[in-house]
Amino acid sequence: MSIWEYANPVKFMKTSSLVLPWAAGLTAISLIVGLVWGFFLTPEATNFGSTVKVIYVHVPSAMMAINIWAMMLVTSLIWLIRRHHVSALAAKAAAPIGAVMTLIALITGAIWGQPMWGTWWEWDPRLTSFLILFLFYLGYMALWGAIDNPDTAADLTGVLCLVGSVFAILSRYAVNFWNQGLHQGATLSLDKQENIADVYWVPLLFCIAGFVLLFVTLVLMRTRTEIRARRLKALEQRERMA
Amino acid sequence: MSLLAVEDLCVSRGGLPVLEGLSFAVRAGEALVLRGPNGIGKTTLLRTLAGLQPPLAGRISMPPEAMAYAAHADGLKSTLTVAENLAFWAAVYATEDIEPALERMNLRGLRDRAAMSLSAGQKRRLGLARLLVTGRPVWVLDEPTVSLDAASVALFAEAVRGHLATGGAALIATHIDLGLTEARLLDLGPFKAPPPEAGGFKGQFDEAFL
Amino acid sequence: MIALLIRDLRLAVRAGGGFGLGLAFFLIVVTLVPFGVGPEGGVLARIASGILWLGALLACLLSLDRIFALDFEDGSLDLLATAPIPLEGVVTMKALAHWITTGLPLVVAAPVFGVLLHLPQGAYLWLIVALILGTPALSVLGTFGAALTVGLKRGGLLMSLLVLPLYVPTLIFGAELVRRGAAGMATQVPLMMLAGITAATIAIVPFASAAAIRVNLR
Repeated sequence: MSIWEYANPVKFMKTSSLVLPWAAGLTAISLIVGLVWGFFLTPEATNFGSTVKVIYVHVPSAMMAINIWAMMLVTSLIWLIRRHHVSALAAKAAAPIGAVMTLIALITGAIWGQPMWGTWWEWDPRLTSFLILFLFYLGYMALWGAIDNPDTAADLTGVLCLVGSVFAILSRYAVNFWNQGLHQGATLSLDKQENIADVYWVPLLFCIAGFVLLFVTLVLMRTRTEIRARRLKALEQRERMA
Repeated sequence: MSLLAVEDLCVSRGGLPVLEGLSFAVRAGEALVLRGPNGIGKTTLLRTLAGLQPPLAGRISMPPEAMAYAAHADGLKSTLTVAENLAFWAAVYATEDIEPALERMNLRGLRDRAAMSLSAGQKRRLGLARLLVTGRPVWVLDEPTVSLDAASVALFAEAVRGHLATGGAALIATHIDLGLTEARLLDLGPFKAPPPEAGGFKGQFDEAFL
Repeated sequence: MIALLIRDLRLAVRAGGGFGLGLAFFLIVVTLVPFGVGPEGGVLARIASGILWLGALLACLLSLDRIFALDFEDGSLDLLATAPIPLEGVVTMKALAHWITTGLPLVVAAPVFGVLLHLPQGAYLWLIVALILGTPALSVLGTFGAALTVGLKRGGLLMSLLVLPLYVPTLIFGAELVRRGAAGMATQVPLMMLAGITAATIAIVPFASAAAIRVNLR
């Protein structure tokens, strides 16, 4: 019994069909709790007003935007090294979710930034890095879409993900160097809880958990779809051979 | 001594096995001609032997740096002259002299013509002259006589014979009779990979999805 | 491998002004910019180094998509992959040939174009330094994008989407180096970062490009 067993598509389908309803249910619960609590049951911040509440979408989506890329990097590596097809398909399935998360982070950031800084967009290092990350997601998805042979596509996007990761990090530092920004530092490092009061903190945790679960649910669903599509393709090929 | 030996080889195209259980050996001074209908996987087999794609299973044994591969396309640069095209490959394979190859393939008179002004048959001859300058003992040739006229086919057969006489070996996929009477024939038909339900190769991944 | 470099350079020359084409494109960019932003010298002077960098980026990009595609189509890429030179070496030589035909002419011509854009006096030296250090990375990264898209019929636009984000660090440090140099500020950090990125790119990216080509030939 090893973890690699789940790389078998059949085993993966079986397990994921058991996990999926639970993941979906927990997603709904934590998102509803977190968002309702955050939006309606927290006091308005003294100097920010109600705009601060966009934090309950902004922070989790921004975290996911980066973490999904990291997850794609790991699954790409697993594919390149161990050739587990489910891994490559999971990376493919995760990319659009990551792109949407990045977009949500950018848009909610603009909504928040407008009243705070008086501008929708500022070439601030964090904002710029997210824009660049979004471009990386777009390129990655476009490459998947452009190549017919699924194995070739998996290999090439895997290599792109590796190289892209290095350059995404480099860009982050380059951008930092290029412009000192308006954006505040990380609000949520564990040892610096004084940054944010407990009343805001707990619902935020629910929202973060909700976004993580949402991602798990979506990526499982999308990976299952990809596997089914592959199965269809294999069946068609078999038909042609016979 | 065999220059090229293949054991229980299985090759795939587009993720599906096309040939399996293939075993043969080519000794020095020997030519092996691969036969089989279109789509059986001759090109796939040769590309696998050339190292351009991995085999699904089986072993290929060959001395290092022994093989010269010639594909459907000749890899000629149309703006370079015949001599320049050839000299480039000679430099890549670290052999200097292109004159014997020009002579053997009857390209002397064309040496300063740009490759784009050659006829299809002349281009093909230039592509085969490239093999001569590689200095490699094992030739792996994919349809070498396409677009050659009878005289050129004879010229080609002569070149292969000369190569074999000097201890070389050749593996040739072709439909046409090359006039190489001494060559062995290998029909690939019996090695066609059976469809999966008839007990075909199981390790292949797309099957894992079923 | 030198033979490959010579062959590629010869091909570039015979294909009709291999050296000239990138330069002409660069000139057009430089000509069009004042039409877009207005002819005042002050404005142009401030954005000159950025425009020159962007011009270099685009000139580089436009000439990249055929770098492997031609060899792929006529079969020489197959033959090169089976030849006794490592594919990584092939990729590096191709990048070098590309740099000599597009990057180097830009470096040489950039001061002239700088004059057209009212580049500040002190910036010329830094512009040349930045372009010399930065453009090799553009060519090498370009081979990676070209290697990824080599089997595709219409890879040009996709390649731009893949390659341009990779150009971000080079562009930032390159433009920053010129800006700081012209303003008489400390240039050590951008200088070293630019050189470091280029060196690391040349050292590592050819392996990724070669891997991508192997996958595409399979």
